[in-house]
This record gives sequence, C-alpha cells and structure tokens, in this order.
Amino acid sequence: MTLLWISLLPILGAMVPLMAGRQSRIQCAWLTAIAPAAALILVLQQAPAVLKGEVLRYSTEWIPQLGLELAFRLDGLTLLFCLLILGIGLLIILYARYYLSEKDSMGRFYSFLMLFMAAMLGIVMSNNLLQLWVFWELTSLSSFLLISFWWQKTEGRKGARMALTVTGAGGLCLLAGILMVQQVVGTLNVDEVLASGDQIRQHPWYTAILIMFLLGAFTKSAQFPFQFWLPHAMAAPTPVSAYLHSATMVKAGIFLLARMYPVLAGTDLWFFIVSLTGLATLLLGAYFALFKHDLKGLLAFSTISHLGLITMLLGLGSQMAAVAAVFHIINHATFKASLFMAAGIIDHESGSRDMRKLNGLIRYMPHTAILAMIAAASMAGIPLLNGFLSKEMFFAETLHQDLLGSLSWVIPALATVAGILSVAYSLRFIHDVFFNGEPIDLPKVPHEPPRYMKIPVEILVALCLAVGIVPNLVVGDLLYAASSAVIGQMAPNVDIAIWHGLNLPLLMSITAVLGGVIVYSQRKRMFRFQGQFQDRDAKLTFEYIIQSMVEGGKRIVLFIDNGSLQRYLLCLLTAIIVIGGYAMLNLQPLKTTREPIPLDAITLVGAFILCCGGLATAFWHHKRLRSLLGLSVVGLVVSIAFARFSAPDLALTQLSVEVVTIILLMLALFFLPQRTPKESTPSRIIRDLSVSGAIGGIIATITYAILTRPVSSISDFFLANSKIGGGGTNVVNVILVDFRGFDTLGEITVLGIAAIGIYKLLLRLRLSMPASDVIGRSWSPERYPMILATVSQSLLPLALLVSVYIFLRGHNEPGGGFIAGLVTSVAVILQYMAHGVDWIKTRLNLDYQRVVASGVLIATLTGLGSWLFGRPFLTSWFDHFHLPLIGDFELASAMLFDLGVYLAVVGATLLILANLGKMTTSYRPLHKEQD
Amino acid sequence: MTHLTIMPHLTILPVLVPLIGGALLMLPPLVGHPQRQRLTGIACSLILLAVSINLIQATSNGQMLLYAVGDWQPPFGILLVADRLSTMMILLTSLLGLGSLLYACAGTDEQGALFHPLFQFQLMGINGAFLTGDIFNLFVFFEVLLIASYALLMHGGGKPRTRAGLHYVVLNLAASAVFLTSLGILYGTLGTLNMADLAVKVQQLPESEAPLVAVGAMLMLFVFGLKAAILPLHFWLPQAYSAASAPVAALFAIMTKVGIYAILRVYTLIFGDDAGTLSHLIAPWLWPTALLTLSFAAIGLFTSPNLRRMVAWLVLMSVGSILAVVSFHRPEATGAALYYLLHTTLVTGGLFLLMDMISQQRYKASDRIVGARPVAQPALLGGLFFLGSIAVIGMPPLSGFVGKALLLKSAHHVNEMIWYWPALLGSSLLAIIALSRAGSSIFWRVSGAPSEKRTHPLEVMATLVLLASSPLMTIFGGTISEFTHATAVQLYDTHHYIEAVLSVEAAP
Repeated sequence: MTLLWISLLPILGAMVPLMAGRQSRIQCAWLTAIAPAAALILVLQQAPAVLKGEVLRYSTEWIPQLGLELAFRLDGLTLLFCLLILGIGLLIILYARYYLSEKDSMGRFYSFLMLFMAAMLGIVMSNNLLQLWVFWELTSLSSFLLISFWWQKTEGRKGARMALTVTGAGGLCLLAGILMVQQVVGTLNVDEVLASGDQIRQHPWYTAILIMFLLGAFTKSAQFPFQFWLPHAMAAPTPVSAYLHSATMVKAGIFLLARMYPVLAGTDLWFFIVSLTGLATLLLGAYFALFKHDLKGLLAFSTISHLGLITMLLGLGSQMAAVAAVFHIINHATFKASLFMAAGIIDHESGSRDMRKLNGLIRYMPHTAILAMIAAASMAGIPLLNGFLSKEMFFAETLHQDLLGSLSWVIPALATVAGILSVAYSLRFIHDVFFNGEPIDLPKVPHEPPRYMKIPVEILVALCLAVGIVPNLVVGDLLYAASSAVIGQMAPNVDIAIWHGLNLPLLMSITAVLGGVIVYSQRKRMFRFQGQFQDRDAKLTFEYIIQSMVEGGKRIVLFIDNGSLQRYLLCLLTAIIVIGGYAMLNLQPLKTTREPIPLDAITLVGAFILCCGGLATAFWHHKRLRSLLGLSVVGLVVSIAFARFSAPDLALTQLSVEVVTIILLMLALFFLPQRTPKESTPSRIIRDLSVSGAIGGIIATITYAILTRPVSSISDFFLANSKIGGGGTNVVNVILVDFRGFDTLGEITVLGIAAIGIYKLLLRLRLSMPASDVIGRSWSPERYPMILATVSQSLLPLALLVSVYIFLRGHNEPGGGFIAGLVTSVAVILQYMAHGVDWIKTRLNLDYQRVVASGVLIATLTGLGSWLFGRPFLTSWFDHFHLPLIGDFELASAMLFDLGVYLAVVGATLLILANLGKMTTSYRPLHKEQD
Repeated sequence: MTHLTIMPHLTILPVLVPLIGGALLMLPPLVGHPQRQRLTGIACSLILLAVSINLIQATSNGQMLLYAVGDWQPPFGILLVADRLSTMMILLTSLLGLGSLLYACAGTDEQGALFHPLFQFQLMGINGAFLTGDIFNLFVFFEVLLIASYALLMHGGGKPRTRAGLHYVVLNLAASAVFLTSLGILYGTLGTLNMADLAVKVQQLPESEAPLVAVGAMLMLFVFGLKAAILPLHFWLPQAYSAASAPVAALFAIMTKVGIYAILRVYTLIFGDDAGTLSHLIAPWLWPTALLTLSFAAIGLFTSPNLRRMVAWLVLMSVGSILAVVSFHRPEATGAALYYLLHTTLVTGGLFLLMDMISQQRYKASDRIVGARPVAQPALLGGLFFLGSIAVIGMPPLSGFVGKALLLKSAHHVNEMIWYWPALLGSSLLAIIALSRAGSSIFWRVSGAPSEKRTHPLEVMATLVLLASSPLMTIFGGTISEFTHATAVQLYDTHHYIEAVLSVEAAP
C-alpha cells in the first residue's frame, strides 16, 4: 500500500496548486511541496529494506483483457530514481517560486510540474510494462505542456510540438515492443518478463523487439539521430529544463534501457547498436556544446553528450560498465541540475543568456559564480568531484571491450576526444561567463539572486563535493543496490576510490584536461572553422518536413476525393461490378431448372414497350419532360405486368404511386435550371455506357438465374394462414397489416419522415422562378383551366367514395389503406391543380403534418392495444358480427392499423405536394404581358 | 385488463419510445412550443436510456430476449432479438443521443423546423436496426434512419449542407437499391427472411446454389460497407459530417457503426463458420479495404484545414481500425473492436460538439485551423481539446489507449501484425502531429482581444456527458473489456442463437 501512496501522492498533489493558485506565491509553493515531501519520506522509510536487497511490490487487477495491472515495485534502481525525482523535484519547486514572475500562472506551472513528477514516478515504479508505457506517454504529454508554458512564444510552441512528435513516435514504437514482449512471454509483469530473458533473446522477434524498445528509449533520451528535439525544448522555463531535460525525463530512456537490461542486453546486436549510438551521441553532443553561445544551449548539448555516455556504458554490457552507468546517472543529475539552475539565475538577474555578452560576472554575483564553477568542474571531470569518478570508470570500461576487433582501440581514443571536448566547453562556461572582461550591454546590472533561490543549487553542489570526496559513504549502498537491480544479480563489489594509482584511465583523464585547455585556448580558430558550415535550425527543417507532408497528403486526398458526385457514383458502381462480378465467376452457366411460363404475344409486346420506355428515359435525359414521359411509360407497363401476373394489389398500388410521383416530379421539374449542362465528352459516354451496361448485365443475369430455379419459401405459410390466422382472404393485405405489419409501420414512418423532411427543406428554400420558358415564351396566363376545375370538383366525392370502398374491402379483396390513401391523395391533388393552393386552403384547412403524425400514432396505438391482452405488439384480433340491415360483417384490429396507414399516406403525399405546389403558385411571377 | 405490464415488452421499447415520442412531438399540444418540444425530447431520451440499462441488465447473464411482433413465430413473423451486442449498441445510441439532444436544446434545434421529431425518428431507426432479427426488417429500419438522417443533415440549411446532403442521399439511395436487390437474391434462393432461418438454410444449401447466394452476400457487404464508409465507398462521410450541425454530426457518429454492426451480425450468423463454402466470404475484401480506409483517413486528418472535418476523418479512421480487426473473425479480436467502438463513438461524438463550441467563439475564423482572436473560455475549451485529443489519438490515460492496445493485441499472427500495426501506430502518430498543430494554432497562436461569445452551459454539459465516458472507460476498463469480450463470444456462438430463435413459441 505504501507504494501505491508514493505514486498517488504527486497525482493528488497536482490538484493542490490549482486550488492554491489564489494564495500568495510562497504559500502556493509550500502547499505544493507537501505531497512530494510526504512521498519522499515514505520512500526513505522503505529505503533500508531495499538497500538490503529486498524488492517491494504492490499490485491489483485493472484490465485483465489487456494484461494491464496496477502494479508497483521498489527495488534499488527504482529507489535511486525515486530519490532523484522527488529530491530534485522539491528543490525545483523552491527554485521555481523565485524564478517565475508575477505574470506567470504559478498554479498552472506547479500543477503541470506535479503531473510530470507523478508520471515520472510511475515509470520508475511500474511493475507492469504496459503501465510503464502509460506513464511514459504521460511524461511526453506533461512535458508538452511544460515546454509550451510560455505559449505566447513561437519557439515554445514549436519546441513543444517537436518534442511531442519525436517522443510520441518513440512511445508508439515502445508500445509495439511491449506488446510483442507480451506475445512472446505471455505476460506484462516486469518480474516475470525479467525472468524470461533467454526466452526473449532466442525468439525470432528479438531483433524487432529490441529495435522497438531502443527507438522508444533513444527518442526519449535524445540519442543520435533523435537528439535534435532536446535543444529546442529549452524554450521551456529554466526550472523545467533543469528538472525534465537534465535530471529526469531524458533519463527515462536510460531507465528503460537499465530496466530491460537483463532481458535485452547481452547480444551482439545490443552491443553494436547501443554502444555505437551512445558513442556517436557522446561525441556529437560534446562537439556542438562547444559552439553554443546560449548558456542553456551549451548545457542542452552537454546533456545530450552525457546521456550518450551513459547509453554507451549500458551498451558495453559488462557488469562494471553497468555500475558506472548507474553512478553517472546520479552524478550527471546533480551537477547538471545545479548548472541549469545557475544558468537560470544568471539569466534571471542579468537578463541575458548569451555568453558573448555575459562576461566577468564573478564580481557581480560571486556566490553564484563559485557554485556554478564547482558544478562545471564536476561536469569537466576534475578530481574531488563526483563527475571525475564516474568519468574515470567510463574510461576504464572503454579499455575493457573488444567490440570492433583489432579496431577496438578507436573507442577509448574517441572517448578521450569526447573528454577533451567536455573539458573545453566546461571551461568555456566558467571562463566566458565569470571572467573574460566586462559584461557587454546587458539589459540590467547583474546582481545576486534572492537567498532562497540559491539554496537548491547549494544543496546539489554540496552533494557533488560529498560524493566526489567520500563516495562510498554517501552513495555506496545505493549504487550497489541500483546496479544489482540493473544487472539482475548481485553487482560486483566495487570500491569507488579517488586514487587507483597511476594507470591508463588516469592518463586519459589528464589528457582530457590538458587537451580541453588547449582546445579552449584555440577556440577562435574552432569557431571560424565551424562558421563555414551552414547553421541549420532543426525547427525550420521539422516544419518544412511537416509542411511538405501536408502538401503531399492534400494531393493524395484530392486525387481520390475530388468532390464530384459523378466520380463517387462511378466508384460505387465499379465496386458493385467488382464484388458482384467476382462472386458471379463461380456461378454455373445458366440453365433452366424449372418449367418456364409459356411466352405469348401480349407479354412480348409489353416487354418491348417497357424496354423502349427505359431507353427513351435515358436517351432524352436532357429533355426532361420527354424523359419523364418515358419513365411514366415504364411505370405503367410495370403496373400492367403486375395485373397480368395476378397481383392486383400491386398493380393498383403501382398505378397510384405512378400518378402521384409523376405529378410531383412535374412540379419539381419547374425549378430545375432551364438549360441542361453541356453534353458529356465521347470518352465519358463510353465509360458511362460500359459501367451501366455491366451493371445491367449483372442484374439481368442474377434475375434470370433466380427466376429459373425452383424455390420453397415461407410464402406458403402466409397463403395457408391468411384466413385462419389473419382473418382476411387478401394475402397481400394480411401480410402488410398483420404478418409483417411491423415493416409497414416502419415504411409509413419513412413516408412520414420523407414528407416532413421535404417540408423542412422547402421551408428555408428560396428558389428562382422562371417567368418564361427557355426560348422566352411566357407561361400560359390561364392558371386554372375551367374544364378541369369543373370536372375535378364533381369527381371528388366519387373518388373519395371509391377510396372508402377500396379501404373497406382491403382485408379480403384487392385494396387496403395504402391504395385507398393514394386514391384519396390523387383526388385532392386534382383539386389543387384545378383550383390552386389558396382556393383549397379556405375549403380544406387541414394541417397535413398532423395528419401524418396521427396516422403513424394510430397505427402504433393499434399495435399497443394488444398489450392489454398480454400479447406482443401488433398482435391482431378479428371477429364476425351481425347487425340488422347491414348483415354479417367482420371487425379486425388490422382495419384500425390500416386506417393509420391510410392517414399517413394521405398526409405525407399532400404535405409534399401542397408545399411544392405553394412554391409554384403563390409566388409565381406575373407574365410579361400584364406588366 | 390485468395483463398490462411493460416488462415483457421491454425488447420493443427502444423502437416504440422514440416512435411515439416523434409522432407526439408533431401533434398538439407539443407542436410549436420550443420549450415543450425540448422537454419532451429529453424525457424520451431519458426513458430510452432507462430502457437500455434495463435491457443490458436483462441480457448481461447471456440470455437473449426474443420478441415475436404480431405473435407470429419465426421464421414467418418479424422477430426482435436482444442479445448482448444489440443491447450494447442500443445503450451506446441512447447515451450519444442524450448528449447530442442536450446540446441541441441550447439553441441549435431552433435553426430549422421539426428537429425534435426527426431526432426521435432517427433514434428509432438506429435502435430498430440493432434489434431486428429479420433481414427485410433491417432494410426497413435502414430506410428510416437514412431518410431521417438526410432531413437532420439539412437542419439549419445553407449551401454546403445542401451539397453534402445531395451527395449523401444519392449515394445512400443507390445503396438502398442494391440492398433491395440482394434481399431479392437471398429470398429468391433461400426462401426466408429471418436471419437465424437464413443461417440454417445457408447450411443446407446445395453446392450448386451457393454462388448465387454469394452474389447476394457480397452485394450486402457493399451496402453495409457504404454505411460504414469503407474506402472507396466513404465519399459521403467527410463532407456530410463536417457540414452537419454539431448535434447532428455527434449523433451521426453512430451511423457508421450501424454498418459495422450489420457486417458483424450478418457475416457471423448467416455467413459464419458453418456456412460451408460461403463462410469467411468477406475477409479477403474487408481486410485490405479496412487498412486502406485507416491509412487514407489518417492522411485526410493530417491535411484537413478545419476542426470539424478533422473529426470526420477521425470517425473514418476508427471505422478502418475496427473493421480490419473484425475481418480476423475471432471472438477476442471482435471483443477488442467492440471496446474500441464504444470509446470512439462517444469520444468523436463529444469532439463534434466541442469543435462547434470552439468555432462559435471564434467568429469568422470559425473552426478553420488558423491563428485568430483568442476564444472567450480558453481554459475550458483548451483543456477539453487537449483531453479530447488524447482520448481520440489513443494516448494514456484516457480510453483510447486501452482500445488501441486491445486492437493491436488482437492482431497476433505475423501477417496480420506487419500490416495492421504500422497502419494503426502510424495513423496515431499522424493524429498526434495534426491535433497538436491544430490545438497550438487555435489556442496559442492568437492575437487581439479575446472573444466575448461565451458558450451556453447546457452545451458544455452535453459535451462533458459524452467526453466523460473516456476516463470512465479507462477506470472501469477491466469490466467493460470483459463485457465486450463476452459480447463477442456470444456473437460467435451462432448455434445458441439459432436454437433460441427457431424454438420460439408464440406469445411472450
């Protein structure tokens, strides 16, 4: 449980500053510090046990499907990192209190910082790889927020995005690696994974796993070639740089290498990739550090270089090298954090970080100068300081490898070169800033910072000295415990000593110091040489790459998705041809397997007219009226065909639907542009003909295949049960209102929605109304033909009577609510055409929208009625009654349902028509003769 | 009269509640009173939510609720089947619907007529599609949701909407025609419409007839593929989703999932493992097109010039991610896909709402990714944008990472991994870059005085309802992923389904 609290405390602590934001700044800092201080105390309480070699664990289930558990561990390595994270974190909180200005939002800063601290603790304490990854990504996210803390500055925004992109990409690789490990080992638990090193190393996926992990680690720890983001992350406030980009976050990659060391290390591949990458980073970082004029830039590249050093040590693979790596992690964190803080103080109190302007500061801030100089000396590797010890161990280890066969001597040689460079840039840090004449037009007169701002630096520098002078006493146990955790077994018992006698590593150190002094003294030449190279800003390169990717992507998107409906339909139809046609390749050649209906002349003529109608519709597609006539021919022939093949209901329905549709289309045609767009190019015509031909061929083949096969279906059941179960002899109607009444309910709802949808559309539409036809002839002045008006009016009662008749007989004879509804609609439409909207409005003031709704509601309520009898929705009921005069008759719940259908159909049809019609009639422009 | 209890009819309520609600909203005394419309709409949504929770509880022990409409037993009548998958989808719809509706009630609903009835009809269509066990009835509900969605898409009017709407409706009507054709083929060869019965008939199909049925099955894949917006049938989506008004776009987040649902149902139940030569018909088509969809959507996202279109591409990305895994045809893979489906639907829905709030506060700059005046509520909107992006990209600690990890894990054959992992991880990286760029431009690259247009609290609440799902889905990730896994297992247990359906006795 203690472990859970250690990791939870900083998360809870992230809320504190948000709430304490209104307090004074010092109070806010103190309140923020409570959580990490408590966590630190808890860690220290556990320390004795861990130092004895125990591993503390806590775990509870989280997402078993994923193998993700909430699991924490505390071993030597974790302890070391916990102390660094919490200890330096507390110092940073104190430091930041003085660093941030009044304008900056203290609460926001501390909250992000605590979030980061929590994430970092999570990484090092995770006992589950996926959980480790969760925290890993959280560090990327919180560092994004911290780098862009001053979001008004463009370099802050860009630096943050670059860091997020690079570490985010690495994080995704790491996820892949972790999931591969899970598939190999079958678990994500770190204990179990650490125990399965052999299994992983012998697995064919080892190379892939290693590369994925290394990509994750190298991006995070700014190893070559991913080092470029780190200098730009320095746009962050200096406390952030000191904390994230020297002591903690960039060490996460190193931590991952150390954590996975027992599993992944020990192969040639590991040696080569890790140590050579480390070496390259070490040299590159050290070289460029020398040429940075910006204090923080120098420190950034120096950090890259030192991270390379640690990586290289881990890559060497020997036990002593691992110990040295762990030792350097501690040392680098202490001296680099104090240097960053010192740089921050200088920046804060002198207004500049440019070493060409900063000179001779020792007179203005002697106290700070001394602290910075000690830390810088440690960075250079001067004896009696901690940097010296680990660097010497590093030199010793480079001598103990034989990576490159007979060329192995190159490695210690290059290590010495790196040592020389690092002495040179440390010297530059000291000499340029604190000596070297007088300051050159600084924005303000430099002075010592507030007392408390120096305390964190003092503590860290004291640690540098203490470790450097009495290493075994200060960090001996911790180093031993942490190294053992890395190696996976007891570490070799090292006695860290300042004096090992006169040996090769010492010689290398001496060379480094002397060489460094020489290089620094010749710095003018070096600068001149370096000045010949073009200085490339990684930010610009990064932006350029992103921009080109966006441009390229746009071209791809536009190529596929160009916004043309014709193109879309072509794709759609081609897809049908491809997948439909592909499936049909296996279809046996068509042969008739059932008795065909004999062909007769009438059918043949009907089919011929049907084809002509279809062709005419397509042929005259530019002459819309003719095309519409062709279409109506098709509809008519289809209705006749229904009638001929004994489907009177369908015929009736089709016929009335035809009438209504054609009228509506005529109305709609009125609004279309008078001139049609230009004819397609010949190649387009060929393309379109082929596509439609192919589709037609496919559909025809399928239809033929189906029609020529015998099939038994559920329709026999409907025929058998229509009368006894549904109470009607008209099977079609019983299917509609009973067997599949639910479908019908859905369909009348569709009709209703379509109607109100069209109403909604037209309501907002302002269409231009042509006053004359395409040649300029004005529309006929006679709006309502007299004959039509008279005839239609007298026809109305008759039509309504017919529809009632059709409705009532529907259950047993051809008819029903749907057809009746259409007949009524046609009759009313005729009135509209003959008299106009206004005339109707005064006589038949019906809100069709309500008619639709009532129709749907009546049908639904009929269905609900069966609930009263404990039956499912839409269960039908019917019985026969006798009344004097009328005689025997049948009552069925289906009739009520059909009434709903009737109303919905009438309402929907008239709603559409009345609204379309209204647009043509009420606002119709007057023709010219009357002007 | 003593028989009237609601519980036996629970299964049909997700259809009836919005249907009756929609009809009532068009009648007096509700019609024409904005306040009454809103309250009724929200009441309907809340009832629907309660119904879905009840359904989830009733089916969570693996039981299937069957409801023979009209008391005609299968295969003759229409049967509604509520199993884990159906009820899960209905709960998802109710949640999304509630969030979208709340948002609309802050004022979007007044930008055009009849918003509330149409919204209810839309829910009815979606729920019906999830519930029905009858393939023709599925078509009917597809029509309901298509026509309602078209009307909703046009809500608010304007040229871009009209244009997107035209494309949407033309393409979808073409798909409807194909759906009808494929139904004709299936009925013409198998002679039945009940899905369980279809499955039985497919198993008994003589080999010579199989290719014809295969044509029907493939055409149906085309239809569902268009609904789900798989490349190259996706064209309607980016336009329509970015043009629709915010609450409509948010609700539309479920529409592609209707297509995914139909694919899952039809190609496990009817053309699943027992379908002989017809089993695993779609994998060779689904797998490459899903990968293409994922990759293309990532490119689209990366290049999109405005926020709403970004979310539209994110919807498409999720479709590709899910369907690629569905094509593995394994219960554990489908379980992962279902978890991701829940996550992505709610989060993208919430993002549509969020992007609208941002765009409202930026006046003319709207949702275009350019520097402009600062928004009035930078902490609120910026914070939500940050969290929403994390969720949708799939970064911890929000639910996207659980979903993506489950998806990655479900591809465990090498030939699956080498295609799927790079596609999914690569698209995530593009999403990181694109969203960080967008967020940085909109919230940080600002100049001038902050906008004064603050967001209606109801809109914020609605967005939170949807986005809050993400942390909850992480915290309860264990339970939810177990649930989706069990759901997938039940989906693949077709014997149980068929047996349960075809042994239905009349009366509930």
